[in-house]
Amino acid sequence: MKLNILYFAWVRERVGHSQETVETDATTVADLVVELLQRDEGCAAAFADMSAICVAVDQELGELTTHLKDSYEVAFFPPMTGG
Amino acid sequence: MVTRVQEAAFDFSVEVNTFQAKVKSAGALVTFTGIVRDDSGSLDHMFIEHYPAMTEAALQKIETQAITKFGLEDALVIHRYGMLTPGETIMMVATAARHRKDAFAGADYLMDYLKSRAPFWKKEISKDHTEWVQSKATDEAALAAWSREPEA
Repeated sequence: MKLNILYFAWVRERVGHSQETVETDATTVADLVVELLQRDEGCAAAFADMSAICVAVDQELGELTTHLKDSYEVAFFPPMTGG
Repeated sequence: MVTRVQEAAFDFSVEVNTFQAKVKSAGALVTFTGIVRDDSGSLDHMFIEHYPAMTEAALQKIETQAITKFGLEDALVIHRYGMLTPGETIMMVATAARHRKDAFAGADYLMDYLKSRAPFWKKEISKDHTEWVQSKATDEAALAAWSREPEA
């Protein structure tokens, strides 16, 4: 499955880029995070504390347990600070 | 219902007048304006990042919830992104209802949700220091309080 992955705010800064396309067999967000974690130091730093990170799947807020069936976009970011 | 996400500044009075002109049956109109605050006295500017593909839909969802929950006649949300200097307006909400309590509560609810469910991130850039604004435990507590409330 081809997934578009987006990173925002300090997650983007730690990963080192804002967007990428990955080929993955991950079935949940948690699976995907495990794959990304093992890739390089930037990703390891970004995902070190998953309680500090939020996720959106296909532009809807999700969780680590959210399934990725037929998904096209996953975004990782810190808790939002709008307003 | 109006939702706008933009980099450019907006004119608060023009927005309020336009909003008020459209709500014929409202007896109350409440507005809130968020402004870049400089607590340290050394803030150079604030940078607001957002998730363009998701932001507008997230704001619309929050607005729809507020309109339904408080029986609002209408609601308006304008939120800026990009580089803003201290004193500049970041965003505004306006709510219109038949009575003031719903208009106030609707605006309060909108702000609580915009704070932690709209995909914006603020970074403060000072002369010798750069820091992402962190969310607070009280932000989530505010949302939890709304969901404990009996339906209006």
